[in-house]
Amino acid sequence: MRQGPFLLRLVPGLTLGLLSAPVIAGMAGTLSPAFGLDPLSRDGPGFAALISLGDWPGLWPAARLSVVTGVVSTLLAVLISLGVVATMIGRPGFATVQRILSPLLSVPHAAAALGLAFLIAPSGWIARALSPWATGWTQPPDLLILNDPAGLALVFGLVAKEMPFLLLMILAALPQTDAARRMTVSASLGYGRLAGFTLTVLPALYQQIRLPIYAVLAYAMTSVEMAMILGPTLPPSLSVQIVLWATEPNLTHRGTAAAAALLQILLVAATLGAWRLAELAVTRLLRRVASAGRRGAWLDGAFQPVVLILGLVPALALFAGLAGLGVWSVAGLWSFPDILPQNLTLATWMRAAPTLWQISATTLALALVSTGVALALVLACLEAEHRFGLNPSATVLWLLYLPLIMPQVAFLPGLQMLALSAGVQGGFAPVAAVHLVFVLPYVFLSLASPFRAWDGRIAVQGAALGASPDRVFWHLRLPMLLAPVLTAAAVGLAVSVGQYLPTLLIGGGRVETLTTEAVSLASGGNRRVIGTHALLQMALPAMGFALAVGLPRLVFANRRGVGLA
Amino acid sequence: MTGLHLTDLTIRHGDATLVSLTAKVAPGEVLTVMGASGSGKSTLLAALIGTLPRSFGMTGGIALNGVDVTRLPTRARRMGILFQDDVLFPHLSVGGNLGFGLPARAPDRAKRIDAALAEVGLAGFADRDPATLSGGQRARVSLLRTLLAAPQALLLDEPFSRLDATLREQVRSFVLDRARAQGLPMVLVTHDAEDARAAGGPVVTPLGVPVSV
Repeated sequence: MRQGPFLLRLVPGLTLGLLSAPVIAGMAGTLSPAFGLDPLSRDGPGFAALISLGDWPGLWPAARLSVVTGVVSTLLAVLISLGVVATMIGRPGFATVQRILSPLLSVPHAAAALGLAFLIAPSGWIARALSPWATGWTQPPDLLILNDPAGLALVFGLVAKEMPFLLLMILAALPQTDAARRMTVSASLGYGRLAGFTLTVLPALYQQIRLPIYAVLAYAMTSVEMAMILGPTLPPSLSVQIVLWATEPNLTHRGTAAAAALLQILLVAATLGAWRLAELAVTRLLRRVASAGRRGAWLDGAFQPVVLILGLVPALALFAGLAGLGVWSVAGLWSFPDILPQNLTLATWMRAAPTLWQISATTLALALVSTGVALALVLACLEAEHRFGLNPSATVLWLLYLPLIMPQVAFLPGLQMLALSAGVQGGFAPVAAVHLVFVLPYVFLSLASPFRAWDGRIAVQGAALGASPDRVFWHLRLPMLLAPVLTAAAVGLAVSVGQYLPTLLIGGGRVETLTTEAVSLASGGNRRVIGTHALLQMALPAMGFALAVGLPRLVFANRRGVGLA
Repeated sequence: MTGLHLTDLTIRHGDATLVSLTAKVAPGEVLTVMGASGSGKSTLLAALIGTLPRSFGMTGGIALNGVDVTRLPTRARRMGILFQDDVLFPHLSVGGNLGFGLPARAPDRAKRIDAALAEVGLAGFADRDPATLSGGQRARVSLLRTLLAAPQALLLDEPFSRLDATLREQVRSFVLDRARAQGLPMVLVTHDAEDARAAGGPVVTPLGVPVSV
């Protein structure tokens, strides 16, 4: 055998190692200070760090905040997206929903949070629209709408951002659930839409979306940038506090941060476990209800409008917030309660241009490098899977999801220490490498099914004409899969552009991207400058998706038979 | 007015007329619609069951036992449907699938389900996983589930085409006999002349042209 295929055979294992090694090493590095097991420890092995965490008065509220905001936002996002799908499935508006949601998916978490903050703040668009005629306010009211202590703003932001993701995951999984026929069968037996969907489609569907839901739950419990912008501050959520401790320059709270990270991992694990138990209970309940024959047609009239409104409000809020970012970036004088600025100006853009150029270039370079490597590895993995007849197990899928489910604050601080002791912190390459860990799973998830669904008869036909496997890959498979490959690349770009914590910690503050800058500007409150950063932060992924849609149309303009999905 | 009445039922998509039918299907009778694939057979079934996409233009009327169901949603039409596959729900037991079909207000649910199973030679199958059943058994359970919901008509979407030759005849006569016994008007969509002969009723194309089998 030639050497090429032999190397190819090694790629899948190598890729999984590349994904899991940083997570595991980082976790070890993060957690060892919790027990004084690291070289920098002042007290030596022991439980001093755990005790100091226990002494922190914010511990209980911060932990509760993490669990409550995470569970409530995930539950809402899951229920609303399932409700929207159940209501819309087989109806003409379904395709429109898909088209509206896709762009929302590429909006980085930080930009989404900043947009929503502009919208709901006491001086935001909603307050302006209602003032002074309805509220009587001529000054922004002194209300704690943003950063409210109960975390409602944070929950709203998480729901708005995670709902599009879950909806698209559901839409991708639906074809494998025989949904159309099951809905017809249940309707012909007299069942309403919501009841029919819940009792016949959901059990099959849930299997397919379980891992994405776990990723959403873990993310929602531990999100840093959204919690910094929208969440409570005194105390902040546990993950934000961990980052505050871990980024203190004098390292005095490293042990406490490590102990808190350990607690965060345990909280996520316990919550995922509780969620799993709830799944089992609901599954049993649904089976019992299904066998009881209650048609539940009344549910449709009662809940369909509610579900649609609940689905529409966060999406519209997100759009409005993002539009607000754009307006602020060109706003001249804009006093409360005017709904629009008195004049528009490019002054903010001009002033920020030099910095913006520089950090946009860094952002784009990081995204291109990490996405390029991810794409090469994923294509090699999938081609290896095809050529050697590999059958990825459930474990492989879990490993793939590991970086998405493991809380970032649980392994990034450790990776940061590793990078620091290896003397590479603040370099471009380590930051690109850690981006790769998060980009790769998404690129894989996006590309795997179109790659596997490719018509194998074409490969056989090519081989029968004497083409080598390499030739089949480069000249048949890859060109025909141009559209999904570009879409996966666009997804990868969007993921990289949105990375906050990995860039902040591994970059040590010296690698500045649009996202790290936007988040650090958020506390300063200069809305015009924030607007420019957040707008560019959205523009980069949007351009990626535009290319992914446009390029194949251009290349295959005269080839109707090529799918342009 | 009993039976399934199609009055000038015409379905167009773009410039093409896919379906043009007038028919009266009496209780216990079968209207067989034959044609090559893409000839509008499934369009007709979608119109009858109420899942026709809006992009299709439909005129004419569908009445079931004197009730105009043309504009009713699927769940209010009281028509049962059997697909090519049995579409048994894999997460429910055999009994659970039948319970799904049996109306909630029916008394003695467990007893009725057991009795229904016994009647078709599947006594004691209530707790079985549908995946462990043979093709013929699955087909019987699927029909039972449909019939337990007490439909007033039965639509058959090539329900025998996936079965092998011997099983096919067996399942076909089972389905047709039981539906006849319940006095259900039936519409059978098929591309198999044998199915059409066995059904015994009139055979037409989706455009209403009689077919001799």
